[in-house]
Amino acid sequence: MTNPLGNWRGMLTLFGKEVRRFLKVSMQTLLTPIVTALLYLLVFGHVLEDHVQTYAGLTYAAFIVPGLIMMTMIQNAFANSSSSLIQSKVGGSLVFVLLAPLSSLEFYLAFVAAAVGRGLLVGIGVYLAAYWFIGLPIYDFITVLMFAVLASATLGSLGIIAAIWADHFEQLAAFQNFIILPLSFLSGVFYSIHSLPEFWQGISRFNPFFYMIDGFRYGFFGESDVAPGISLLITASFLLMLSALCMLLLYKGYKLRR
Amino acid sequence: MIPAVSIENIHKRYGSVHALQGIDFSIAPGEFFGLLGPNGAGKSTLISIMAGLVRADRGHTRILGNDVVRDYRRARSQLGVVPQELVYDAFFSVREVLRLQSGYFGKGRENEAWIDELLVTLNLVDKADTNMHKLSGGMKRRVLIAQALVHKPQVVVLDEPSAGVDTELRKALWEFTRRLHREGHTIVLTTHYLEEAELLCDRIAILDHGKVAALDTKQVLLARHPYRLLSLFVADAGLQLPDSLERLLVTRTDHQITLRLHKLDDQIGGVLDTLRDAGFIIRDLSTQETGLAEVFTQLTSFHTEPSAA
Repeated sequence: MTNPLGNWRGMLTLFGKEVRRFLKVSMQTLLTPIVTALLYLLVFGHVLEDHVQTYAGLTYAAFIVPGLIMMTMIQNAFANSSSSLIQSKVGGSLVFVLLAPLSSLEFYLAFVAAAVGRGLLVGIGVYLAAYWFIGLPIYDFITVLMFAVLASATLGSLGIIAAIWADHFEQLAAFQNFIILPLSFLSGVFYSIHSLPEFWQGISRFNPFFYMIDGFRYGFFGESDVAPGISLLITASFLLMLSALCMLLLYKGYKLRR
Repeated sequence: MIPAVSIENIHKRYGSVHALQGIDFSIAPGEFFGLLGPNGAGKSTLISIMAGLVRADRGHTRILGNDVVRDYRRARSQLGVVPQELVYDAFFSVREVLRLQSGYFGKGRENEAWIDELLVTLNLVDKADTNMHKLSGGMKRRVLIAQALVHKPQVVVLDEPSAGVDTELRKALWEFTRRLHREGHTIVLTTHYLEEAELLCDRIAILDHGKVAALDTKQVLLARHPYRLLSLFVADAGLQLPDSLERLLVTRTDHQITLRLHKLDDQIGGVLDTLRDAGFIIRDLSTQETGLAEVFTQLTSFHTEPSAA
């Protein structure tokens, strides 16, 4: 049986290519999302300061920073894998990767690792930029890192799935605008779900992005809406499920190898 | 001897279309093999199956004994494919693209010398650091060839390499392909320029409606159509053609008569004698050998200009 990680150099090359791809247009892929997150922080942080209930002793502006970081990370991790794959699929240059002796696992890991890389870079960027305005200490760095990596990897996987499924850019944009964006906005970035009516609290618990943000926020404040262990378990399960689906699609060559 | 390419009972369906219906042949190492067929014959599908870009419904394809599905790493490492479309990654320069392709095949810095050699051989040195999207169509075609060769494959598949390139580049590509062949590579060529196949290939398979309509050496295929055309320019427009030559007549205008002669049965000397005996004064003549185009038309259901599937 062929070793699924037998071409590690090929995998690292593909990972390197994906990273260089987004670094070559860093104004669009790194700077723009950081500036957008800062604008959210300045506008919402100021306007809603006295209107939204957060944890005791915490300013609203400080409360939303982890959520904004996570929202930026997951949106960019998704955008990275999905836009790269759909561009090369529609443009035809994906053939160079498909002709190479790369396994499905190597393909998957290279794309997801690059998505995590972009997610972490924009996350660090938003944190450092926000630090100028709100000095935000980190309560548990390991938890922060763990949720950042897991969430970026999850959305990186979802980006691959969406790009495989989509036949053209419009379908992918619809996936992003009607699924990723609402789920990330309605995941507790701007509020604690305890401030919501009970019905909407219940609905929020079906949103996997909520657990990513809640667990990530715990890493900053040592407080969260649900136990961080549960958030970790749900986020990891979601990642496993999407990874399995992604691997299945790649292995079958669905919409890639006709 | 292990065949360079072995295709066994390959079937492929796209919905209700049976694109490939039990294709069976092999290509020996070092052969220059032509794959011809009209639109929709299944050539591109077959090449894509060889390259692992399309999965066959049934049958096996092996590259130098390696199954393209079960042992895909070895099979793909032995195969270089020049795609028909001018596809490229607009983010990178020519050298970057070649380094990436080399890396995908597990090769590192030790392959740099070969990349430099490819840049020189394909006249890409001046463009090495130019972004792909700034290259002309001809230059992009050269890069595609370099990408296909960057991992030093034994078997090289060229899918319509001459499509959309000017005469000068086409001749340069032919010379380069011949050189690869001389160096021991097995070449598989699809083309809709039949003279290209006639000029380059040792053996030719003609596909039609997903089946092999003919598979033989170029000489044997050409011998299937043993005719030549004889065009005569005569002085008198009004003379009656002798009855014995009527069966050979293809076209006649006032001063020009075109006859189709069987290479063995109809000797040109005899035909000219018959015409002179009938009173014709022949001012000029020319002959035209039949080529692969006539064989192609005879063997396939295609009756106009053939093109790639």
